[in-house]
Amino acid sequence: MDLDKFKVHGEPLIYGAMISIALATIGILVGLTYFKKWGYLWREWLTTVDHKKIGIMYILAALLMLFRGGVDAMMMRLQTAAPEMKFLDAQHYNEVFTTHGLIMILFMAMPFIIGLMNVIIPLQIGARDVAFPRLNAVSFWLFFMGAMLLNISFVIGGSPDAGWSAYFPLASIEFSPTVGNNYYSLALQISGIGTLITGVNFIVTILKMRAPGMTLMKMPMFTWSVLITNVIIVFAFPVLTVALALMMFDRLFGSQFFTMANGGMDMLWANLFWVWGHPEVYIVILPAFGIYSEIIATFSKKNLYGYTSMVFSMVIISLLSFLVWAHHFYTMGQGAMVNSFFSITTMAIAVPTGVKIFNWLFTLRKGRITFTTPMLYTLAFIPIFTIGGVTGVMLAMASADYQYHNTMFLVAHFHYVLIPGAVFAVIAGFHYWFPKVFGFRLNERLGKHAFWWIIISFNVTFFPLFFLGLMGMTRRLYTYSEESGFGPLNMLSFVGAVGLAIGFLILVYNIYWSTRYMPRDTTNDPWDGRTLEWATHSPIPLYNFAIVPKVETRDALWSAKHDNIPLYTDNKITKIHMPSNTGKPFILGVIFFFLGFFLVFSMWIPAIVAGIGVIVMLGFMSFDKDQGYYISAEEVKATEKKLMRGETV
Amino acid sequence: MKIDASKPLEYSTEENSNKIFGFWVFLGAEIPLFATLFTVYFVMVNRFASGPSGSELFEIGPVLMETFLLLSSSFTIGLAVHAMRLGYKKATMVFMAITLLMGLAFVGIEIDEFFTYVHEGATLQTSGFLSSLFVLLGTHGLHVSFGFLWGVGIMIQLWRRGITPATANKTFIFSLFWHFLDVVWIFIFSFVYLKGLM
Repeated sequence: MDLDKFKVHGEPLIYGAMISIALATIGILVGLTYFKKWGYLWREWLTTVDHKKIGIMYILAALLMLFRGGVDAMMMRLQTAAPEMKFLDAQHYNEVFTTHGLIMILFMAMPFIIGLMNVIIPLQIGARDVAFPRLNAVSFWLFFMGAMLLNISFVIGGSPDAGWSAYFPLASIEFSPTVGNNYYSLALQISGIGTLITGVNFIVTILKMRAPGMTLMKMPMFTWSVLITNVIIVFAFPVLTVALALMMFDRLFGSQFFTMANGGMDMLWANLFWVWGHPEVYIVILPAFGIYSEIIATFSKKNLYGYTSMVFSMVIISLLSFLVWAHHFYTMGQGAMVNSFFSITTMAIAVPTGVKIFNWLFTLRKGRITFTTPMLYTLAFIPIFTIGGVTGVMLAMASADYQYHNTMFLVAHFHYVLIPGAVFAVIAGFHYWFPKVFGFRLNERLGKHAFWWIIISFNVTFFPLFFLGLMGMTRRLYTYSEESGFGPLNMLSFVGAVGLAIGFLILVYNIYWSTRYMPRDTTNDPWDGRTLEWATHSPIPLYNFAIVPKVETRDALWSAKHDNIPLYTDNKITKIHMPSNTGKPFILGVIFFFLGFFLVFSMWIPAIVAGIGVIVMLGFMSFDKDQGYYISAEEVKATEKKLMRGETV
Repeated sequence: MKIDASKPLEYSTEENSNKIFGFWVFLGAEIPLFATLFTVYFVMVNRFASGPSGSELFEIGPVLMETFLLLSSSFTIGLAVHAMRLGYKKATMVFMAITLLMGLAFVGIEIDEFFTYVHEGATLQTSGFLSSLFVLLGTHGLHVSFGFLWGVGIMIQLWRRGITPATANKTFIFSLFWHFLDVVWIFIFSFVYLKGLM
């Protein structure tokens, strides 16, 4: 066998990455053995089907990927900080911006949001778990293995290097002969299947498992946003599945979908990619809108203004999200009529989004506002996101777009939308729901320090890029001459990026510090919350609710606390059915990882063996007789008593 | 596990009724999947480069046979579910076996067709049109093949465990999948083969 194709040559940075990956792996293995944690890891995490633990694993993976994507970002800003920098070469720079985009969107923003969904949605609707707990574990492990597959590409065989949108013909075997884009098609495929399963799971959970009395129009806003998001997932992800499969066929089997000769059509890829890609943007942003809605209502001590219009605006956004994809390539030359159509649909999205912004402002109006860390992120989101939105409308004008297309102006725009829209939201949600999951709050002082670092540095990093774009600096440019005059603003942007890194480090330090020193929260409801997740204990018992609550109003807990509408009419505790843990989803994930890896390197025999392994594993899962188990009423009562006294269980 | 006797066996527990609903949502995802493949095919249909076009390639005989087999198997899987609801284990299994055999014959004819195309020099690599044709038909054929393995697994469970809420649920969900594949085939038959033969 030709071992050479596995090797990546030439760069001290890559050797550094190899050594650090090897050291981290050895460190984890030795640590697990030394502290005798293998059994704990297997029993409590790798085999878990508990939605809360799966959610925590999603969020941990997302934080890990945030670090990886962040390092990519720092390398790019350093490389462009001054003219003619020699830090990265062109090929390495291409790989770094490609993986930065892929990781931040698909392996950071999405899993962070899916993690919060997993933890919070069953609690908000008063359910004991998601509809299909074992399938939920399958989702997680497919996502995780897909993410790992993409990450090893950096040191084995080389990363994808044709941009996160992997346009053809550049991404074809002819122009990208390394295995990088094979990794792209397979890693995304595997984690994409996981996401699709999540979509199905949560639609069923939300539509079928709500607490009695919770009609659709009484659901919390975060639950609404997640329902709509998952509908988008179910309709958009199959398009990605097909696009990636065709890409794989083109690259591995020589088919003629996106080629330049023999009847292929390269722009077909761009269309398919963005038919998925634009709804994908709303998949990460709509749940963020839901998180903000919860936080604004809680910390203004008011019910959400314009609930119905909030729901309808999200539904309209989700429909429009499928009708705007061609605005990503106005310059393709599809003609004035087509461009006009997509220009109008794109601008139309600003209307429902504007409705939401005004609803948030009206919720704040005359509210008793407390400036906690999650609230600060939310308040910062509104103006910054609006800048992103307004520049979006500028880009939506097809004729003007010829000027902005593929410049740093676009880069600034989508960072101004995605960072406040998705990243601030997940950080805010992380701070907001942290005490529910772990039973203590994150330190507010450190939280606010991190907030100010992040918010100021964000603007220092990305605002200069608008001007660089208008000056004519194109995106994905690995170096530039001094005469271009791009130097000073790029340096400013680099300074901002350092500030962002410091902000995120303070955030991580806050998690460490709070774990050690923060006092336990004994109230179960530290923020004076409004919805059902605050009605159970923190940390949450395995079965979520000893008695399933009854819902009569929109903010069920708030009504119970202030309007004397009881949550429980029947106080009888009965036995609770729970799903049992299983290692099969994890093993399935591992087999998928190997299947992907073998296909990347066109190792057909091992790939076929792994493929048969997948089918055999599915067979095992089908023949599984496990019907779960019951927690007896006595045991639930004992646990409840302990939790009431403030003991941990 | 609460069992609601007023509902058919496959719907009788909350978990099982959620599974059926979940499978409908999954089929909802299969629609955009096949819709995308059809779109790709229609974009590519006239881009046959130096290779053959549809009218030069397609023969109606085997395709009619495939159609006949798959449509009949959709009828027999309906009979299987009907027998299952009446509680006849043996009849259920016989009808399922007939369904799966027809599925297998379908896949056999399709593979034979693929071999014929390749022998005539029409391969995956020849043209955009052929790439999209092979991938569209192949995806459907892969679904049928996977359905065959799945169906065999369910038959073994029916045989060993009898008609229980769990096995009834699986059989019913399998029937939904099978009917769906039939619907997709009707589109392939009409818009790929019949239109291609014109």
